[in-house]
Amino acid sequence: MDRVDIRSPIDAGEIEKLTAGTLVLISGIIYTARDAAHHRMVQALDNNEELPFDVKGQTIYYTGPTPARPGRVIGSAGPTTSRRMDAYTPRLLAAGLRAMIGKGERSAMVREALQKYRAVYFVAIGGAGALLSRSIKKAEIIAYDDLGTEAIRRLTVERFPAIVADDVYGADIFEQGKARYRTEAK
Amino acid sequence: MREIKARDITEAVARLCQQANYELDEKVLAALRLAEQNETSPLGREALGQIIENTRVAKRQQLPLCQDCGTTVVFLEIGQDAHIVDGDLTEAVTEGVRQGYTQGYLRKSIVSQPFSARINTRDNTPPVIHTEIVSGDRIKVAVLPKGAGSENMSRMAMLKPSDGRQGVIDFAVRTVDEAGGSPCPPLTVGLGIGSTAEGVMILAKKALLRPTGQPSDDAETAELEKEVLSRINALGIGPLGLGGNVTALAVHAETRPTHIASLPVAVNLQCHSVRHKEVTL
Repeated sequence: MDRVDIRSPIDAGEIEKLTAGTLVLISGIIYTARDAAHHRMVQALDNNEELPFDVKGQTIYYTGPTPARPGRVIGSAGPTTSRRMDAYTPRLLAAGLRAMIGKGERSAMVREALQKYRAVYFVAIGGAGALLSRSIKKAEIIAYDDLGTEAIRRLTVERFPAIVADDVYGADIFEQGKARYRTEAK
Repeated sequence: MREIKARDITEAVARLCQQANYELDEKVLAALRLAEQNETSPLGREALGQIIENTRVAKRQQLPLCQDCGTTVVFLEIGQDAHIVDGDLTEAVTEGVRQGYTQGYLRKSIVSQPFSARINTRDNTPPVIHTEIVSGDRIKVAVLPKGAGSENMSRMAMLKPSDGRQGVIDFAVRTVDEAGGSPCPPLTVGLGIGSTAEGVMILAKKALLRPTGQPSDDAETAELEKEVLSRINALGIGPLGLGGNVTALAVHAETRPTHIASLPVAVNLQCHSVRHKEVTL
């Protein structure tokens, strides 16, 4: 299948061109954050404190990597289930977050917020953490070091494979897939 | 009476934790390759292609197949004539998990105080240990690192006897349908039927240890497995939920007698990469 090269942070104009089902290769900077980091970031917003990094225009990758072997950049680092972050996501989108990478469906609320704030949700292939780690060229912890695997890391990625799952027009790859391949009566 | 040293159990568990996380069994790989051939959706084939390539990278580089190295579920079949010496059995298994996850660069995912502080125990302990006393003088140790993505979508229900066979099938299919792409399909579906509330989920989990796609020995149960699998693969969820005709690789059902008033059913979902290794000491 054809793949489209994109740079992260993603330009506002580029976001509009991404449609559900498109295969992309992401190069540039992305930030890791999962359950505990999201909890803290939203707490910080509640308390009018600064976030550990400015999310405006940025991409968050839902992953908690395995420890790197000596001499390696990172261990296995595939996507985790996105729906656990649904409760926090609209807040971060309102703060300017432009893209997320995870796996599995998002809530209706998140999908509405994606359209409202002009942001996209990508999926990477869950359970392909060893393969995906090859696209990660640099990793540094920038916040919440005490959270271990759940700390926020700034990753430099090269041609990281993902698929547009939810676009700014409200299209959703999971709905499309079921509509096309379902033969079981609902 | 045969003596088995606690230290040997620790070493076995430590080794199995690492092997299970780095390498898939040939049977699972064969099922994934077959799925790639049978899948009609281009995105589904793309996903399966990456999953298969991932197994090569993981094995070659001794990297975990998935960053979620799981809760360590350990099944012990202890021969009644085996005698464990020089240590405590639970501590021996726990120490094996500690060593395996630390030495193997595996992710430690267990937190204490689950409903409050959620503090990481930093060595993936404690494991979940299931023991069964069997005949003989050996100990079979099976390690199943169980990822949370699929575990979180598992369900159980106490059906009414009048719900019958159809009720069991509908519950299993509905569980997979509601789980969608989150548990990382194509799945292996562990289906427990009978026993009690706690017993039925252990049946469902144990069903995952069966070699992928091997039907039940019982003809009636094997027929049920086929029917559930075919209905699941008609859901259209496909690999990783991206759409397709391969949502499950296999359905493994295990049954036990139950109470006259009960029909317990449990579905324990397993992601595409069934990580499981065992050894007999």
